[in-house]
Amino acid sequence: MSRTALLDNTHRIETPEGIDLLLRPAGLVPRALAFAVDLLIRAALLLVLGLGLGLLGQFGLGTGALLLFLVQWWYMVLFEVFNQGRTPGKRWLGLKVVHDDGTPVGWASSLTRNLLRFVDMLPFGYFIGALCCLWNPSFKRLGDLAGGTLVIYDTRGFQQPQLPEAEPLAAPFALELEEQRALIAFAERQAALSPERCQELAAILAEPLQVSPEQAQARLNGIARSLVGPA
Amino acid sequence: MKQSRFEARHQAEWRTFGDTLDALEKGRKGSPTARDFPTAYRRLCQHLALARSRGYSSHSVDYLQQLAQRGHQQLYRHRSPLGGRLLGFMLGGFPQLAREEWRHVLAASLLFYLCLLGMAALVLAFPELVYSLVSASQVEQMEAMYNPEAHRLGEFGTRGSGKDWVMFGYYVMNNIGIAFQTFAGGLLFGLGTLFYLLFNGLMIGAIAGHLTGIGYHQPFWSFVIGHGAFELTAITLAGAAGLKLGAALIAPGRLGRGEALRLAAARAVRLIAGAALMLLIAAFIEAYWSSMTFTSASVKYAVGALLWLLVGLYFTLGGRSQNASE
Repeated sequence: MSRTALLDNTHRIETPEGIDLLLRPAGLVPRALAFAVDLLIRAALLLVLGLGLGLLGQFGLGTGALLLFLVQWWYMVLFEVFNQGRTPGKRWLGLKVVHDDGTPVGWASSLTRNLLRFVDMLPFGYFIGALCCLWNPSFKRLGDLAGGTLVIYDTRGFQQPQLPEAEPLAAPFALELEEQRALIAFAERQAALSPERCQELAAILAEPLQVSPEQAQARLNGIARSLVGPA
Repeated sequence: MKQSRFEARHQAEWRTFGDTLDALEKGRKGSPTARDFPTAYRRLCQHLALARSRGYSSHSVDYLQQLAQRGHQQLYRHRSPLGGRLLGFMLGGFPQLAREEWRHVLAASLLFYLCLLGMAALVLAFPELVYSLVSASQVEQMEAMYNPEAHRLGEFGTRGSGKDWVMFGYYVMNNIGIAFQTFAGGLLFGLGTLFYLLFNGLMIGAIAGHLTGIGYHQPFWSFVIGHGAFELTAITLAGAAGLKLGAALIAPGRLGRGEALRLAAARAVRLIAGAALMLLIAAFIEAYWSSMTFTSASVKYAVGALLWLLVGLYFTLGGRSQNASE
């Protein structure tokens, strides 16, 4: 467990229901890309509406100023609060904003993180924000630190993997939970690996299974099948 | 229980739960399964815990984990209507908060008003001092705007309601933008806030002093007194919010800097939200009342004094009763 904790930076959050949620904070590059997408959308929005309102004379000018204000300061806040923590750019890149404890972002924290964006942008091109993001273990910029928010990957979509065909076989010795999981994961991932690599991986376990390296893969698939149960 | 039997037994339930989540995420609360959502969510959490402890495959656990995560997001969403909360905040929470943060409000007010009055007095005493701060073309523009001659000739009078709307939009964009920047500047150890407070105080003071000195005081003061009640108070409140952020960074006390900043920001952001609402009112008054010319100056002074009194009463008495903020 301690080794995986070093490798990835998932946040483990215990909910009142007594389960652990795993949040994966998003790094600088996807966040910058999401911001760029949002910037483009806002520019296009202002351009189109600006041209339209320009035809309306003084009324259009006043509305335009209000709109500029809205887009500049409230675009992010409104999307984050009303659209499950996702602006269009974040949605595009599969990101979302949540509180540090994994609950959905609210008005106060969204407003905080987006008003303080002004400082993150200083002195040019998000310099402070980028530095802070790279330095912080959860990739938070200053606005996130003050608002108590986290930008995480919003994983969606799921494909149930198919286990390879095999006769169920009992494991020759008792397996620990981690080992059990590793065996099933090996069986599930076989479709994505080359046959040579599968054999190579399986051969590592040939000795404890007391089979020849060539048979190890079939044996492992059998054990995995018996662990999972009949299809 | 083997994993495949577990999955086969509960698959339908998980699918229904997924559909409920889809509906809730799209904002449809009327779906028939939504009523049982909390129960379904707890059952799913139990399944996830079982799957983890029985060592089921990581794919299966991940699937349940994803569902649980989405369910968590829906269950712990704040759904209280915004309008009601905003009203409660304006009626009670905001003046309460401003009183609780009186130290920062006082500091920001002193900085701002001392600069303003000091600069105005200096410009009155040494009229050429105004050019050290405000460019000549800007001074000219200000003089043209508040010229009593032009006033009588109806310079303001030709301004239609369309122009008022333009000015309203401009004031909203400009003033609230400055308030937000004043707040955000607090993150630079309070220096940004200090800059905006002092700069605005000096600017306004210089112009007020200059216009008073050259005898344009009537149009100028009658114009600014009305919305000034809201606008200047809002500027000091935005400054107070920024100073609070800065103070949390400079003197975090027994907390870590990050934690102190987070706690300070949670309160400061409510101050700035209130200040933004006040500036919205100020922009409205400035565009539609202050610019009106058919009322005499004395009416404007009377209304202005009344507005100052109102703002003063609001912050001293607002939210005093026990359940006002709820």
